[in-house]
Amino acid sequence: MKRIHQAKLHENLAGYLFILPNLAGYLVFVLVPILFSLYLVFLDWDYLKGFSGMEWVGLQNFIRMGDDPKIIKSLTNNTVYTILSVPSTMLIGLLLAVVLNRYVYYKNALRTMIFLPYISSLVAVSVIWSIMYQAQNGPVNAALKALGVAHPPGWLSSPSSALYAIIIMAVWATVGYAMVLYLAGLQGIPKDLYEAADIDGASPIRKLLRITIPMLTPTTFFLGVTLLIGSFQVFGPVAVMTQGGPVDSTMVLSYHIYLLAFRYYQMGYAAALSWVLFALIFAITLLQWKAQSRWQNTYL
Amino acid sequence: MKENLAETRHLDKPRLHAVSRTAVKPAARPITAVRRKRYGLEIGRLMITVLLLGFSVLMIVPFLWMVSTSFKVNADVFRYPIDWIPDTWHLENYRQVWTGANPFYVYYWNSLKITGLTVAGNLLTSAMAGFAFAKLNFKGRSFLFLLYLSTLMIPGQVLLVPRFILFDWLHLLNTHYALILPGLFTVLGTFMMRQFFTSLPGELLEAARVDGAGYWRMFWQIGLPLTKPALVTLMILTFTWHWNDYESPLIFLRDKALYTIPLGLTNFVEEYGTNYVLLLAASVSALVPVLLVVLAGQKWIVEGIANTGLKG
Repeated sequence: MKRIHQAKLHENLAGYLFILPNLAGYLVFVLVPILFSLYLVFLDWDYLKGFSGMEWVGLQNFIRMGDDPKIIKSLTNNTVYTILSVPSTMLIGLLLAVVLNRYVYYKNALRTMIFLPYISSLVAVSVIWSIMYQAQNGPVNAALKALGVAHPPGWLSSPSSALYAIIIMAVWATVGYAMVLYLAGLQGIPKDLYEAADIDGASPIRKLLRITIPMLTPTTFFLGVTLLIGSFQVFGPVAVMTQGGPVDSTMVLSYHIYLLAFRYYQMGYAAALSWVLFALIFAITLLQWKAQSRWQNTYL
Repeated sequence: MKENLAETRHLDKPRLHAVSRTAVKPAARPITAVRRKRYGLEIGRLMITVLLLGFSVLMIVPFLWMVSTSFKVNADVFRYPIDWIPDTWHLENYRQVWTGANPFYVYYWNSLKITGLTVAGNLLTSAMAGFAFAKLNFKGRSFLFLLYLSTLMIPGQVLLVPRFILFDWLHLLNTHYALILPGLFTVLGTFMMRQFFTSLPGELLEAARVDGAGYWRMFWQIGLPLTKPALVTLMILTFTWHWNDYESPLIFLRDKALYTIPLGLTNFVEEYGTNYVLLLAASVSALVPVLLVVLAGQKWIVEGIANTGLKG
């Protein structure tokens, strides 16, 4: 009896020792900052004044957001960015994966080329693209003019096109990721489904719509969630290419939080906005979760 | 990976096909028709390959343009049609990037140091905690794991403001510690390793314990070697994440001597503005060495992403 008790004690001790380094770091660098941030939400804190600059304002930070034109603009931009970039990334990725999986030679070489932008540093590709997007004589517009477009867009220099310029680059950078995930998903589809369809004389399009796409639902769901979360957090391309401009046309939540906290040192307001970003991501993920289970109940 | 998949598919096949294959067989077609069909298929396949090759080349055109232009002079940057192969190769752009006022090798050293330490540390703490969560029974285990899980979804942006204040208070701002320390303990890494350890059969560890091995030996000599695939995946994820991270260094570092590669690159943009050839030479310097490494290990990366779907 005593031996068993001792062994139990020993295992408990081992458990704590194994977890200790991680747990200590987790408490200091994750949990405490999160709790502190939840407290910051209720403060108006001009950080340059030090700890004496803290002032309790209750929910004022959230009420303020309602008439902050920059926040409304950021939300709109984040939404447009997501609605345009996520579905197109997934669709192109799916088509590439299907074609690459069955209908081409040199599959691996082609996959590598398409995948290359995704494994490149986003900051570096943002630098390259911002030079290519040069409005007067950059190669993008030079090519468009050569193709007969008389008035090509001003891309990053014009408020009407800057956001789309970033979206195009983002899609270019992420289709490789969607493709790789879909390729992995395709490996999991049992071959006999297609053989059975062949016997029934189904056309390739019908097979794509009735077998491939439904069987890829878990991949699609997963991709949708990760791409959505990523697109709502977009920061690098905006910071490097436009700094939110021209005239806030590319202002997004994460960049706005960055400006509020580390340019204007409004820590309370910035923290409040970061929780809004979290709430948005959380709500959308939940919604997708619901939609997916309904879709699966209906079709699979 | 490919071979493995092919193998598993073969293994699955007999079972799945045993009935359907023999029972329903398409009516045999005349040989000539079959041959014509196969021939047509190959032409089609070739055409689709060519089409997709065109698309793939389009995908890497920005890189080709970057490399080619980085060897030119500024006056020729926007000349159209593009000279893909410069008449004269201007290596001085690279000389300035690597040996100028803010040399690139400093950024490389900083990035290597930060990334190396965080990846190694994170693997160790994650594996240890994952092992404990999965294989050891201790009081409060479920509670602690739930605590970890509850913070898994919190985005990095939420953490930046309080961490900035914390590091300011600890006098760690503008040091590499501000980047290394939080990277050593990740919720995602712990979660991944816990999942993997859970999937390992307990008998192996039990057998070791019967043989009188202590918990550390169970972990280090038996558990850890078995989790190699998960460790490799986690390593790649955390490596790319820290190597390419831009926001944290931007917030926590001030001195140019401490800059990482992405920050160093944007510093070039700030300092040299429209000196495009220099910016492109800096971009090549930031991208190409890493891309070579990544391409060499592409198999693992693709596998890692396919398994977890995460870049970090």
